[in-house]
Amino acid sequence: MARIDLDLAHSYKPNPAQDSDYALLPLKMTFEDGGAYALLGPSGCGKTTMLNIMSGLLVPSQGTVRFDGQDMTRATPQQRNIAQVFQFPVIYDTMTVAQNLAFPLKNRKVPEATIRQRVGQIAEMLEMSHQLDQRAAGLSADQKQKISLGRGLVRPDVSAVLFDEPLTVIDPHLKWQLRRKLKQIHHELKLTLIYVTHDQVEALTFADQVVVMTRGKVVQMGTPDALFERPAHTFVGHFIGSPGMNLLEAQAGGGALHIGALSVPAPRALPEGALRLGIRPEYLALTEPGRDGALPGSVRQVQDIGTYFLVTLDVAGQTLKARLSPEAERPAVGAAVGLQVLGSHTCFYKNEELVA
Amino acid sequence: MQLTLSGISQRVGAQTWLYDMSLAPTPGAVTVLLGATQAGKTTLMRLMAGLDVPSSGSVLVDGHDVTGTPVRERNVAMVYQQFINYPSMTVYDNIASPLKLGGRPKAEIDRRVRELAAKLHIEVFLDRLPAELSGGQQQRVALARALAKNAPLMLLDEPLVNLDYKLREELREELCALFAAGDATVIYATTEPSEALLLGGWTAVMDAGELLQYGPTAEVFHRPVSLRVAKAFSDPPMNLLAAEVAEGGARLNHGELIAVDLPREATRALTLGIRASALRVQPRPGDVALPGRVELAEISGSDTFVHVHTAVGELVAQLTGVHEFDLGAALTLHVSPTQVYAFDATGALLVAPQRRT
Repeated sequence: MARIDLDLAHSYKPNPAQDSDYALLPLKMTFEDGGAYALLGPSGCGKTTMLNIMSGLLVPSQGTVRFDGQDMTRATPQQRNIAQVFQFPVIYDTMTVAQNLAFPLKNRKVPEATIRQRVGQIAEMLEMSHQLDQRAAGLSADQKQKISLGRGLVRPDVSAVLFDEPLTVIDPHLKWQLRRKLKQIHHELKLTLIYVTHDQVEALTFADQVVVMTRGKVVQMGTPDALFERPAHTFVGHFIGSPGMNLLEAQAGGGALHIGALSVPAPRALPEGALRLGIRPEYLALTEPGRDGALPGSVRQVQDIGTYFLVTLDVAGQTLKARLSPEAERPAVGAAVGLQVLGSHTCFYKNEELVA
Repeated sequence: MQLTLSGISQRVGAQTWLYDMSLAPTPGAVTVLLGATQAGKTTLMRLMAGLDVPSSGSVLVDGHDVTGTPVRERNVAMVYQQFINYPSMTVYDNIASPLKLGGRPKAEIDRRVRELAAKLHIEVFLDRLPAELSGGQQQRVALARALAKNAPLMLLDEPLVNLDYKLREELREELCALFAAGDATVIYATTEPSEALLLGGWTAVMDAGELLQYGPTAEVFHRPVSLRVAKAFSDPPMNLLAAEVAEGGARLNHGELIAVDLPREATRALTLGIRASALRVQPRPGDVALPGRVELAEISGSDTFVHVHTAVGELVAQLTGVHEFDLGAALTLHVSPTQVYAFDATGALLVAPQRRT
């Protein structure tokens, strides 16, 4: 296992001049030994480029990749001692489940007894012990992908295991079981795991640290809780959560905060000028109109989402969403309401970056 | 437009794909066909469109029998899972094609194409070919073309399933606004309960070729007529617990008494249902406590779904916001008896939680 340090940038163009020429903008980050990480972002954000640079499939156009301090920028995947799991099963159909799981160990001339012990352990974890002697050919796509996961995890001495959207082919009902398995396995084996996905559930459930990316840029690396409570960038606020964070145009100056028609004393030290106020729908509270410090708005739509009410509000030409518990008072469509946008969960952004 | 399916069924060879059913979707509104893959949603839509003829029963449009009328003689717009566009035509010509077929004047076509492109945020791509667009943009083109047809019946078969969730969220909201603004009867198939709830309107729950329940979406969710509907219309799955009628309510097989108000004629064996959102970590007076251990906390971004192993079975609780739990940690879940569903031995609904109105 290894600690991985990246200090690099990548462009598929020969002479990158502007930000948009980069698949990965200059970045510096560390993946700690034994951590569970997810790279999360929409398609085209650079997450697969980053994974390929770590695995050695791609050499960055500038900078270095270090494993435990050692320069590995130009090392092959074999030299880096990396295991990989892809979107689709990569296994040998003619071999049994046990032979498939043993293959990466056999290749490395691991003693037979150790192989047997390790294959048994991994099969147990993935609940495939009863299938060890079956041929892979007859198994379902889910089962085959489980073997792929097992092959990725079977070697105890790897620097890291890289996963590229590994649950794509898995039936939705089985997904949560495999997520649980991966989490348990990480707990028990303490391998460094790096997981690429565009799916927030997958990333937030799997990883201790989630790296959120957009347009070739890492905008935040943090715990699921931090991404929800204190998004470092407006993109994170928007991308994490459904619906995402509400963002309201605001102005700060002279110790006051102005949002549309509302002026209140600044609740915290804020930089002067144009800001965006961020508040999640879960934290946006409705009160009667005219209440002190409440932003005046009107109710456009009230949806019964079963487990909660989703209220769409018009506020000073902007749209906000509030999520109300089924026990809360339900406002009428068209009603004037007051919105409590300031509280301990409120975030402030300047040039898309969190400032307060 | 009033579409009526009367006593239809569909058999293919020895297999029954749709069992005898009747359905009259509310005109001018959205009807969601909700069910897992293989439930029969697409088969039903093909009958509605006139792509297939039912083995029995009839399809009526405003009272006229159109059962044998082929799709090209009906006025139906369709959108599929796959992004289907004319690959050699520009986005503009793709959207314009149904209008040209309709023989509309050029100026009107131009106005309509630009209007629809603006509504679906693809106006800057009008001169491009579909292959030059992202998946989300391609599906917007297919939607714009379907809307251009201005058909009184619009069928959408899981139109957003192949898009990233953020795009899906955005486009679903726009579609809702477009449906609300138009007067077409819209049929929208999905496998996702949450999507049905976000679309609102009416929902027809399907399972294994059967139509189980049809009604206003929120009403079907809150009062599923049977265990099968409750299972089909819940994500995460409703927590189900075996119980028996007892003095003062229902007793779980592990001994806890849950004070549900059961009707007199209730069968002895019951199934109790608890929605994940009804389980809480903080107790309130009158709650039943269900102690257990954390199996996994799944975090969706707005909610945390905690899977807990308890003496009465595996339970899933939905908590608002992001909460981290250690695997194996002790956790007690609490539920109010007023939030519990009860189904009889045949799976019919006996009791549903009271709702605030």
